[in-house]
Amino acid sequence: MSGVVEGRTGPWEMVIGLEIHAQVTSKAKLFSGAATAFGAEPNTQVSLVDAAMPGMLPVINGYCVEQAVRTGLALGAEIKLFSVFDRKNYFYPDLPAGYQISQFSQPVVGHGTVVIDLKDGSTREIGITRLHMEMDAGKSVHDLRADATHVDLNRSGVALMEIVSEPDIRSPEEAGAYVRKLRSILRYVGTCDGNMEEGSLRCDVNISMRRPGEAYGTRAEIKNVNSVRYMMKAIEYEAERQVEILEDGGSVALETRLFDARTSTTRAMRSKEEAHDYRYFPDPDLLPLELDAAWVESLRAGLPELPDAKKARFIEQFGLSPYDAGVLVAEQDSAAFFEAVAAGHDGKLAANWVTGDLFGALKKAGLGIGQSPVSVDRLGGLIERIQDNTISGRIAKEVFEIMFESGRDADTVIAEKGLKQVTDVGAIEAVVDQVIADNPDKTAEFRGGKDKLMGWFVGQVMKASKVKANPQMANQVLAKKLKG
Amino acid sequence: MAIDKATVLRIAQLARIEVKDEALDELAGELNGILAWVEQLGEVDTEGVAPMTSVVEVKLPRRDDHVSDGGRRDDILANAPEAEDGFFVVPKVIE
Amino acid sequence: MSALTDLTLAEARAGLDKREYSAVELTRAHIAAVEAARPLNAVVAETFDRALAGAAASDQRLGAGEAGLLEGVPLGIKDLFCTEGVRSQACSHILDGFKPTYESTVTRKLWAAGALMIGKTNMDEFAMGSSNMTSHEGPAINPWRRSGDNRQLVPGGSSGGSAAAVAARLCLGATGTDTGGSIRQPAAFCGLVGLKPTYGRCSRWGIIAFASSLDQAGPLTRTVRDAALMLRAMAGHDAKDSTSVDTPVPDYAAALGQGVKGMRIGIPAEYRVDGMPDEIEALWRKGADWLKAAGAEPVEITLPHTKYALPTYYIVAPAEASSNLARYDGVRYGLRLKGEDLRDMYAKTRAAGFGQEVRRRVLIGTYVLSAGYYDAYYLQAQKVRSVIARDFKQAFESVDLVLTPTAPSAAFAIGEKMDDPIAMYLNDVFTVPASLAGLPAISVPAGLSADGLPLGLHLIGKPFDEETVLRAAETLEEAAAFRAKPAWLEDGGAP
Repeated sequence: MSGVVEGRTGPWEMVIGLEIHAQVTSKAKLFSGAATAFGAEPNTQVSLVDAAMPGMLPVINGYCVEQAVRTGLALGAEIKLFSVFDRKNYFYPDLPAGYQISQFSQPVVGHGTVVIDLKDGSTREIGITRLHMEMDAGKSVHDLRADATHVDLNRSGVALMEIVSEPDIRSPEEAGAYVRKLRSILRYVGTCDGNMEEGSLRCDVNISMRRPGEAYGTRAEIKNVNSVRYMMKAIEYEAERQVEILEDGGSVALETRLFDARTSTTRAMRSKEEAHDYRYFPDPDLLPLELDAAWVESLRAGLPELPDAKKARFIEQFGLSPYDAGVLVAEQDSAAFFEAVAAGHDGKLAANWVTGDLFGALKKAGLGIGQSPVSVDRLGGLIERIQDNTISGRIAKEVFEIMFESGRDADTVIAEKGLKQVTDVGAIEAVVDQVIADNPDKTAEFRGGKDKLMGWFVGQVMKASKVKANPQMANQVLAKKLKG
Repeated sequence: MAIDKATVLRIAQLARIEVKDEALDELAGELNGILAWVEQLGEVDTEGVAPMTSVVEVKLPRRDDHVSDGGRRDDILANAPEAEDGFFVVPKVIE
Repeated sequence: MSALTDLTLAEARAGLDKREYSAVELTRAHIAAVEAARPLNAVVAETFDRALAGAAASDQRLGAGEAGLLEGVPLGIKDLFCTEGVRSQACSHILDGFKPTYESTVTRKLWAAGALMIGKTNMDEFAMGSSNMTSHEGPAINPWRRSGDNRQLVPGGSSGGSAAAVAARLCLGATGTDTGGSIRQPAAFCGLVGLKPTYGRCSRWGIIAFASSLDQAGPLTRTVRDAALMLRAMAGHDAKDSTSVDTPVPDYAAALGQGVKGMRIGIPAEYRVDGMPDEIEALWRKGADWLKAAGAEPVEITLPHTKYALPTYYIVAPAEASSNLARYDGVRYGLRLKGEDLRDMYAKTRAAGFGQEVRRRVLIGTYVLSAGYYDAYYLQAQKVRSVIARDFKQAFESVDLVLTPTAPSAAFAIGEKMDDPIAMYLNDVFTVPASLAGLPAISVPAGLSADGLPLGLHLIGKPFDEETVLRAAETLEEAAAFRAKPAWLEDGGAP
């Protein structure tokens, strides 16, 4: 779906802003020493602070501060040396203190930018409004009993970075590209594992529709989208819903809606509160967060090469297409794997093998790049045999499959299976002579001017040689003998 | 900025404190009395004054990232009015 | 009253060292006093078994020469402190039955120093009050009475039960907490020494929060030396409290006996408030004279924004309280009332669980933080607070201490001042400014009113300069030679 919906009365443009909650990959929570591991038994990773017992006080996890600053730096954003923790007050059973500690008026990270990569190889800049630190709430479970809600506080107090985009996104595809890119950056700097299924990366969508070029309309907020695919579906549904309302002369309600993955629709939350009034004020249990400029600079210097820089370098250094480079740099491990394979080999060939056969086989086997049965060296070995004409590209695919299944190296597979390419002119001539002798009709047709049969002859030679004949040599010999 | 009954009701709802209708007038009167009294703060010239964030002149201390708490579910649930299967239990919430 | 309960904490501690009596005997004497003083309603939970078991252990340590600073000393602990396995309810209905599974840092330090808990003391609900009248357990009674008048008086508040207990000789000292005067005002009302340390000196961890930027624990004792001893055990950095300050704890008692020679004592003109009783003004002047006679130099100073301290306090403290008290929602501990749904459960539980004054302050606090009012009320109040703190900072460039009265009146009768919240709030007019600035301050019993009730003088010091505060307090104590005793000790409450 493009970003424009054609209504009965003309086109409507989507205006989308995303709020991403990224869980900091810390061992302990933001304000307590309880663990953050996913999937623990209810209320077993809860400290007295997380349960808001009377008299309990928060103490901030310095590692989480560091990760928020590193993320801000990776987003090219302004780092605020003075920021403040505020209390956001509201009542909910999974918010034990009755307030969430967050950063409201003075967040730790200000304006930044994310460059998104689109399918056609083009890029767009999406503005980041801010990044702030906050604690997660617990989890309410509504389906254990018909008459009650159960509350698990394991997540209560887990460190989150809320990353708010400008309303710069204009289509579901852009929204998807934005989340994928942000996820990639977070994983590069190691500040969030980006796991959407486990909720380490969550996404709230703000969407409104407007006539192209006109002022923003009223937005709805969609919660509960826990994959990029669902987010795109939610946007599609919501855009259509809003256009229908607007074309009927109605107005979109400023409200929070929930995405239902089963039906791919959104619905208004039933527990409508009175207009929210969060009564933010600085948390008196915490002092302002003051950062040392030199410390921030040392974090900046310690950042790894980020996806955009790496992509540019791959294009420049290995002559890759922007698309291939984009695919390779999405994950740091893949990029590193590629770079190691490409060392000493043809970069483009290496890129084709990594993004093609290797990624395909890994995906089919459900493995990550780190678990690849074909190591960097072995894939390099295979590419070497292509480059030195020991095997053809086509045989190489067969060799790769065996390598992937058996874990053996290319030379062993080639030797065992006798797949070494035939480059002996005499041997190829013998096969060509046989093919010509076996097919007098076709030979006559060719000689009568039907040039197109050349391909058929090459196929026959390859078949007769069990695909081992060097294709260029087969071509040359055939051309000479058929015309001769 | 006088508070009327509707405002008292709104504030009471925000604070999740039930106030009976018949108590609203008296409460509005009390709150207005207090607010009228604190309004004198408007007299103070605070141009260019930073609001107090803390009376202590120290930096926010930071913890190391290691797990030092948790694994005490019995402690956490010990005082709960209702608990079941390791969860706190509250009246049904409809989202 | 026995001879053992009439000892000061320092005397009792010395007697234990000399084995003149055992910790068990000392404890038993105080248990008997608590039992006899039940009509005062000063103690809301008696922990005699625990105190006796602790006393037996203290006797062993005393015998082994391993005694701590407060070894074997029975103390009262304000119900605001979380004490493991013992009710800790801030004298609020909403914390019904709450027994923490943890121990506050301050009480943990006291037990580590060998002190014993004889009981939890009564207080204004969630420390909101200046009379102990807002306690869900009913008012604590001041052991003092006006001469020729049998009406029951309030002990002040919010640490009213602690003050009543120490004044009635139910314990050798007690913990209090002070947010706007909650240690100093009851100390003044009950003829005691009450010390509010610098904000950040004692850990707030495990103390049920009222207003986090102001709350500070401190001792209520019968002498300045006792306060110095207790503070030493209570104070110290705590990594679990981000506002706790990491600075060494001095031997406060060692600072005593050095007098005030050469000190400059600020007398702030703005504390001469309208309607202040002459006898309080006279006592204030007397206090300045005593210090002068001891070699200090009283200096007129100005703290120009004093009159704005109280309204500032009554915005900042309720705002913080409205948020701090949001956790009392019937989900994890304490009272829960049935409701039609979750929201109704919250509203009914909190309406029933909080008393009138707490409800009032939570509503005020909610209002001043709400959209559209935050800037005019809360933000302006925090700016004025900065201005008030700056006034003190400037004053302390030329003086070592500031001397004021502790409260604008002596103890009043139960039922008085109850109709008008602001009249009640005015009790804290002299104590609140130091709270807003986070400064250490002490109330010392300095004389009696015309009708025979104790009056206190108030010294405010520089941040973390409790030693100078205590030194000057001792000078006032010696000069005042306050020896009067509450009527309760004479007649046990019988007229």
